[in-house]
Amino acid sequence: MGDRMVFREHLFRSAAVICGLLTLAIFCFLCVLGLPLLQDGHLLSLLSSPWAPARGLYGIFPMLLASILLALLSLALGFPVSLGCSLLITALAPRRLRMLLIGMIRLMAGIPTVVYSFAALFLLVPLMRTLIGRGSGLSLLTAAPVLALLIVPTMVIFFVAGFEKVNRAHLLALDALGGSRVQKIIHILLPGARPALINGTLLGFGRAMGDTMVSLMLAGNSTAVPSSLADSARTLPAHIALVMASDFDSMEFTSIFACGLLLYLVTGLLMLLMRLPGRSPDNES
Amino acid sequence: MKRSQTGVLLGLLCMTIGFLYPGMPLQAADDLAPFTGLKGSLRIAGGTAHIPVMKEAARRIMSFNPDIRISIAGGGSGLGIRQAGEGLIDIGNAGRRPTDTEIAKYNLKLFQWAIDGVGVIVHPDNPVRTLTSAQLQGIFAGRISNWKEVGGVDREIDIYTRDESSGTRKVFWKKALARGTISDRANVVVSNGAMKTTVAGDPFGIGYISIGYMDATVAPVSLDGVAPDLANVRNGSYRVARGLYSLTRGEPAGLARAFVDFLFSPTGQQIVQDKGLIPVR
Repeated sequence: MGDRMVFREHLFRSAAVICGLLTLAIFCFLCVLGLPLLQDGHLLSLLSSPWAPARGLYGIFPMLLASILLALLSLALGFPVSLGCSLLITALAPRRLRMLLIGMIRLMAGIPTVVYSFAALFLLVPLMRTLIGRGSGLSLLTAAPVLALLIVPTMVIFFVAGFEKVNRAHLLALDALGGSRVQKIIHILLPGARPALINGTLLGFGRAMGDTMVSLMLAGNSTAVPSSLADSARTLPAHIALVMASDFDSMEFTSIFACGLLLYLVTGLLMLLMRLPGRSPDNES
Repeated sequence: MKRSQTGVLLGLLCMTIGFLYPGMPLQAADDLAPFTGLKGSLRIAGGTAHIPVMKEAARRIMSFNPDIRISIAGGGSGLGIRQAGEGLIDIGNAGRRPTDTEIAKYNLKLFQWAIDGVGVIVHPDNPVRTLTSAQLQGIFAGRISNWKEVGGVDREIDIYTRDESSGTRKVFWKKALARGTISDRANVVVSNGAMKTTVAGDPFGIGYISIGYMDATVAPVSLDGVAPDLANVRNGSYRVARGLYSLTRGEPAGLARAFVDFLFSPTGQQIVQDKGLIPVR
């Protein structure tokens, strides 16, 4: 009996260690292969110059900017919806509706991104072209709502789990005091689920930042620095997908590793930054 | 009782199917004969101008011999050359001739089985049907940014181009744009099919595709008065043309050999013609 427990513990521990090491290994791999570009002090020019392989410029500043803009925009659209939806599921809606909603959210989480993108290509793109009044309809503004649709299920599932973990005793105490449902949300659910809210948002941001298909199909992929949200732009993952097929020995190909490294660092850094304040006392509860 | 009835019905069904099934033309059966007894899978990827022909060839081969599985993917000429060279796929397609370095490095064998043109397309509602080379270069470089400057409506031009891997892009850039710049404001799509769909959906767009892909959903634009069609590519007056290649690493063997030979057979070349390309034999 004890042996089996020990065996299981070892098994799970090694699984966790391998997962962690794998992430580190990817980091090292990217560093080593991207080194030629980073070594000769190219890093700064990489971050600030435009993408023009014909002129020997392999900068990824426009893509970095587009990635961050798009992720923030989709988060801005997706977060309120997710919060509202998860509160509806945990506290506000009648029981039947809750089951229906959570079922639908789970279904949505399983739909491949290419399906969303494909539908949007025929429905949303012509609409955006008319609304914006110039350009092709492929823009950051077109990709953002679709990306929001993509990250909402992830966030809702996380938020709901967080709300359900809030101390029941507090909820009962509020009921006994005659508090309204809105008071329950503001004073107990939201503060109690803060860590889950932060983590869910982080995860949503990470997914938005890393998604390839939506931006590849809907954002237009132009390499210019977007001067407005209605402009066509290329995100880092889409850039990697587009350039990956070029020659192994070319500078274009090497710059891809720098892109990957940057994507890795940006997401990693954001995770770290947003996690630090989350380590406050209410995380212990 | 029930069972015997089902049996009779099934028998009748089989007979009907057998009766209705069209006899294969003798020629096609001949050309497919090398596939008899072959087995296994064949991986093909790369140029997207090749895909319609590849799909039709694969369909015929697989229905002739169900033991053969052929998978066809896009990705662009660059990817086709590289993956064939690295041995990741059996046959790589390219819409441009691989560079001498690429051929030497990977020991590539080239098979050019069709000639194709690359033509400029716009939305069918766009009144602009002809451009000079200078106008075209101006549009793609971003110097001409409004359709009214070339005789169209007063609306910004949406430029569509292809990704780095595209052979169509390389040929178009070299022969139609005279190696001129392509604006960084251009939208980028990843296949001939995607280019057609996108321009067909954008009344103010301009792009370029393989002539084999052209149909009524997009309007071809004449370049210096020459329409991008098969006749003009054939007689040499439309000069934005290229060969369509299939590549293997070293001399192909087995299934890959049979497939390449099939492309050059009368049936294979008939498929090439049916798909709007120019056969080489």
